[in-house]
Amino acid sequence: MTALVRPARTGPSRAGRTLHAGPLAHTILIVAVLFSAFPFYWTVVAASRSNADLAKVPPALLPGPHLMRNFEAVLEEADIGKALLNSLLVSGSITLGTVLCCTLAGFAFAKLRFRGRGALLAVTVGTMMIPPQLGVIPLFMLIAELGWVNQLQSVILPGLVSAFGVFFMRQYLVQSLPDELIEAARVDGASTARIFWSIVVPIARPGMAVLGLLTFMAAWNDFFWPVVALSSSEPTVQVALRQLGGGYVHDQSVIMAGTLLGTLPVLLVFGLLGRQIVGGIMQGAVKG
Amino acid sequence: MTLAASQAPPAPPRAAAPPPRPGPARRAWRTVSPYAYLAPFFTLFAAFGLFPLLYTAFVSLYRVELQTPGDMEWRGLGNYTALLGDAYFWVALRNTFTIGVLSTVPQLVMALGLAHLLNYRMRGRTFLRTAVLLPYATSVAAATLVFAQLFGRDFGLVNYGLGLIGIDPVDWQNGTVASQIAVSTVVIWRWTGYNALIYLAGMQSIPDELYEAAAMDGASRWRQFFHVTLPGLRPTILFTVVVSTIGATQLFGEPLLLEGSISGGISHQYQTLGLYLYEQGWGFFHLGRAAAIAWVMFLLIVVLVGLNALIARRRSRKEAGR
Repeated sequence: MTALVRPARTGPSRAGRTLHAGPLAHTILIVAVLFSAFPFYWTVVAASRSNADLAKVPPALLPGPHLMRNFEAVLEEADIGKALLNSLLVSGSITLGTVLCCTLAGFAFAKLRFRGRGALLAVTVGTMMIPPQLGVIPLFMLIAELGWVNQLQSVILPGLVSAFGVFFMRQYLVQSLPDELIEAARVDGASTARIFWSIVVPIARPGMAVLGLLTFMAAWNDFFWPVVALSSSEPTVQVALRQLGGGYVHDQSVIMAGTLLGTLPVLLVFGLLGRQIVGGIMQGAVKG
Repeated sequence: MTLAASQAPPAPPRAAAPPPRPGPARRAWRTVSPYAYLAPFFTLFAAFGLFPLLYTAFVSLYRVELQTPGDMEWRGLGNYTALLGDAYFWVALRNTFTIGVLSTVPQLVMALGLAHLLNYRMRGRTFLRTAVLLPYATSVAAATLVFAQLFGRDFGLVNYGLGLIGIDPVDWQNGTVASQIAVSTVVIWRWTGYNALIYLAGMQSIPDELYEAAAMDGASRWRQFFHVTLPGLRPTILFTVVVSTIGATQLFGEPLLLEGSISGGISHQYQTLGLYLYEQGWGFFHLGRAAAIAWVMFLLIVVLVGLNALIARRRSRKEAGR
């Protein structure tokens, strides 16, 4: 079996571009996609059935009529409305704050000269390898000291710290922001602040969008810290899901309805912007 | 400074533009202003990132209880020796290791295969790439709750499916191996597509000439994969191994939510170090001991990552020596 070699004039063609997928490759990929998607389908099925339906053999494989009733039960048992609102608030603030902080710092690391630049960048990137759990206990003691336990800022403020974000924006700006542009603006008498808002931000916008997407999804899905810092009276969606799964409710179909509600918003984001998310992950990987 | 603020654009106030006249003031501002851009990030980073990281070591040497975090009583290495004497610590350590292997190895092997296929020319390639990433969009909590349902002993779909091919129902929550497989499945499901995309990115940076040369030498697709793709991906593979190892060392949500207990099953059969930390800290209120566990986790990561790097370096040296 020899690979098809495409003529060189197709430009910088990439590894494997020369290969066409055969029926076997298609089959395997379709199976993989089905595996990826099935738990979502199953969530819909289980969320729209009664608990009795789920205890039948053979099990129901198609959606049923009880979706609304199960949603109502979730709203009653876990105050998921408040949880959704809290999650939106937390993830939204984290996203805006992270993107702004990281773009500012990324710009400084990419284009400004100052003492300690290398060392500061090394410290920032170095902490990416350290697990967040290592800092959780003092962080908890800190927010306890500040009286922030069970308040949303205890999740928002630590969420704004993203070493990955700084690194990502730095790499983005190193590549997409020409030094000449900054020099020209300086010659024209523009201050650095002015340069930042009228030159850097417009150029950085696609990178900021990708970082924002990744940050939003991570913040929405974050589990460990919110579980530690918040409680059932002020939950994010993930904390509320933990309550549902934690034994207060034994109704499987209600648990699945809650799961569906908690997953829908981020699935919506993914459905609309999946391409950019894929691009962002692949881009981050090459550069990382 | 106050003079400059009046004409500043809507910027962070400290980065306000100085009047556009050359002079020592402006030059001084030039040397200082970069720090203004770092300030928002580094203020938060110092308070909520670096300080806790370093302070954990300190806390781990004290008796600190959750209810009275202000009262710290010196214990020296007491928290660590207590850990070593706790049978459940060793169980958690072993579980972390076995679940880590059970989830990481199949995940990365499958991701590699998927990436290879996603790199082919075909219709709907972008759709397929997005579709395998879909699980990444769910949370640990949501994914685990769904899988806990699928893995139910009496009415779970997995056991039903196994029954169709003549296999007896498995008790996915109480069996040691079975429960660890269940936990690993959630991890594998959520992360395989993500890793596949990272491999795909790595594959696309391998120069095409290598493949052309290999094809001219008569190498089959299979041999090309082993002799061009895999060596070219080595740094990417090392990267994913390190990231997955770190992730596996910290597993928390999956074992917590498989059935909702913080002990990781009746006999702690799937309690990981992450969950053990939570149990000690927020179940039994021993924050000092939890800090010691955090340090053990960190040392474990350092050792594992170091080991990976060592193996990788030795292999590439061998390669170079050929």
